[in-house]
Amino acid sequence: MTGEAILAGLSGVLAASGPLVFAAIGETISERAGVINLSANGVIVLSAMGSFAVGVATGSLLLGFLTGLLIGALVALVVAFGNITLRQSQVALGFVLALVCRDLAYFLGNPFMGASGPRLSSLPIPGLSRIPVVGQLFFAHNLLTYLSFLLVPVAWYFIFRTRQGLVLRAVGERPAAAFARGANVNRLRYLYTVLGGALVGLAGPMFSLSMKAGWKGTISGLDGIGWIALAITIFGAWSPLKVALGAYLFGLLQWLGVVLQPHLSGIPSQVLQVAPFPLMILTLLLVNIGNAEWVERILAGLPPRIRPAAAGLLRATRVSPPGALGVPFERD
Amino acid sequence: MDVEIRDIHKRFGAVRANAGISLRVTAGTIQGVLGENGAGKSTLMKILSGFQPADRGEILLDGRMAHIGSPADAIRAGVGMLHQDPMDFPAFRVIDDFLVGRPGGISLSPGQARRELQAQAEHFGFSLEPNREIARMTVGERQQLELLRLLWQGAGVLILDEPTTGISAPQRETLFAILRQLAAEKKTVLFVSHKLDEVERLCHRVAVLRQGRLVGEESAPFDTAQLVRLMFGKEIVVSAPRSTAREETVLTLEGIEVEDARLHVGPTSLEVRAGEVLGLAGMEGSGQSLLLRVCAGLMSPVAGRLLLDGHDMTHRPYRSFHDRGVAYVPAARLEQGLVPGLSLTEHVLLSERHRGPLIDWKRGRAKTARRIHDFNIRGEPDNTVESLSGGNQQRALLALVPDPARLLLLEHPTRGLDVESTVYIWSKLKQRCTQGTAIVFVSSELEELLRYGDRVAVLFSGRVSAPVSAALTSVEELGELIGGKGLEPAA
Repeated sequence: MTGEAILAGLSGVLAASGPLVFAAIGETISERAGVINLSANGVIVLSAMGSFAVGVATGSLLLGFLTGLLIGALVALVVAFGNITLRQSQVALGFVLALVCRDLAYFLGNPFMGASGPRLSSLPIPGLSRIPVVGQLFFAHNLLTYLSFLLVPVAWYFIFRTRQGLVLRAVGERPAAAFARGANVNRLRYLYTVLGGALVGLAGPMFSLSMKAGWKGTISGLDGIGWIALAITIFGAWSPLKVALGAYLFGLLQWLGVVLQPHLSGIPSQVLQVAPFPLMILTLLLVNIGNAEWVERILAGLPPRIRPAAAGLLRATRVSPPGALGVPFERD
Repeated sequence: MDVEIRDIHKRFGAVRANAGISLRVTAGTIQGVLGENGAGKSTLMKILSGFQPADRGEILLDGRMAHIGSPADAIRAGVGMLHQDPMDFPAFRVIDDFLVGRPGGISLSPGQARRELQAQAEHFGFSLEPNREIARMTVGERQQLELLRLLWQGAGVLILDEPTTGISAPQRETLFAILRQLAAEKKTVLFVSHKLDEVERLCHRVAVLRQGRLVGEESAPFDTAQLVRLMFGKEIVVSAPRSTAREETVLTLEGIEVEDARLHVGPTSLEVRAGEVLGLAGMEGSGQSLLLRVCAGLMSPVAGRLLLDGHDMTHRPYRSFHDRGVAYVPAARLEQGLVPGLSLTEHVLLSERHRGPLIDWKRGRAKTARRIHDFNIRGEPDNTVESLSGGNQQRALLALVPDPARLLLLEHPTRGLDVESTVYIWSKLKQRCTQGTAIVFVSSELEELLRYGDRVAVLFSGRVSAPVSAALTSVEELGELIGGKGLEPAA
């Protein structure tokens, strides 16, 4: 493999991970506020179809992408209404929406199958794209991929460095305490669920109007990506930087699976295709070992001189989700 | 700031938490609000701080009607509340926690906040490291942080709900000194507590609540006996208990220490003999539950040894405790003790150690019918447990306790039950004792502790007193012990 090919491949990984970055960061924002939006997978398929349809009908890329945003926001609004206002289970509601949206997309997408629509062209940045290596990696993409790059530090800065971001975390961590300090918990939860949903929705048109433009009944690699995004949100400890790292890691592992396959003839190709999934599950297990009851029991039995250190070590390896994740806020 | 509340009513379902409470507090006063758990103190304070809306009633600040519909309103009006559980964010660092709720633009300007926090902390003699994780701080430190935050927010009325639960004695002295200082600065302090000695030492005036009503107001200097009478209601003659205690020891605790995120209990050493009834007294959250759960094998102690009939059971799993005849009846009947949705028969079958894949429904129903008769439960074998009344649920729970048992651990065995049920349940329990069963029970009813316990140990902020003889202790004396009198403060 030549250096040129590797560079092209890595550049491809960065672009191909874009939808995952949008979806996982959207989900991160929503979960930081305490709302799990499980509908992501269905939303992405539906918004891919919907924005393609609008793109075909109007010829406008802008309207197409806006449709994706809108679909994500509307489904998130349903989740928020069901959970925050009606106090229904976030898991059940999100899960059903995930299935419904996906099937709806396959059903409604029939008339547009095989139609030719607009496609977002790449927009190399003059000057910067000429820089060796870096230019090809980061500055020879389309607008949405640039936005996915930008989204990572912006989301991180918002969540961890701004007043609004602090309140967002507070609402997801301990809504009663946020409320005691004057925050309107449920209004904020609505806001961030819808915002997060809109970002998830943007992942759809990144397929259908950009990376793999078109609609042929589905798009390869589209269905399932939402579930990966949900896993990466957890894997990335609800932090945009780690979440993005997870998304790019996943993209890289998938690409390696394809590239290495000819060289590892002893290993069935399916193993390499599936490897990213168990790798992520393994990480989750390691990350959560400190929460297990038997670990606590062992800890309690340790001599007092070792106990604090051991507990501290376990605490450091442990990732804790937003304290009130999935819990509706009630005032009384 | 002068505070006046007029005719506050608040109802939760069938419970009248506040039934027409009126109170006036003038600026510069430390006003105590005294009462048992469930007397309605916290509810009243949550209403004043906007955390819960009142059903009816008015709040006046400096003589002007205040509309406090949310904590945001209360903050604007200058009312701040320190909740019993610090209302902070354990996952956050001190500085982030300090900043939540602070008005301002997008930028947090943490540098400035850091300087202000440190200046304030120094002013009150606290040491709060801005980068520390809240989860690693003691309750006392978290409380200090909350206090700083409220003052920095501009609170002129400061409400403290049971602020001394779980903090150390020096931290308490610091807190008291600050509260006196704040009162001298003409701030209004509402100090909610069930601890008599603290209220007597600190407060200028005290209002006593019982069952949602204001039953009396007193001014310093206080008469302890009078406060106890107001808190606990009428005096009840205590009949001398007939002990069934035997010689052999069932349960031995040797320097047991147990802790959860909130509280550290112990070291505790005590022995319970066969046929003996040991009561655990103390306000809720003083550690009774933790101690009982350790004895049941549901939690591991962090230090000490636990023996059952001479066998070391420290760190053994729950199952081994169960096999040695330990039975635990938790306070939360429907949450922990019974399975809502299952019938009485299904409960009886579940509690059997009978193995095999098939259920013998006929035998199960017959057995259940016998238990229903024995325990005088008003219900049918096929009734689901949640359809029973509270008293009958409690009897059902006791009917499920394996017989014979070696050690019964009961949490509030008669809570919420009428006199008839209480007497019946205790007659059943005492019957067990004559067979050699030892009982350890937690209760907040002083009369119950003294009437049915042979000895009573008092827990106070995680410290366990040496058991006192029930026969030689009066309700007043026990009330004072529960309020923390007579226990040496821990250094």
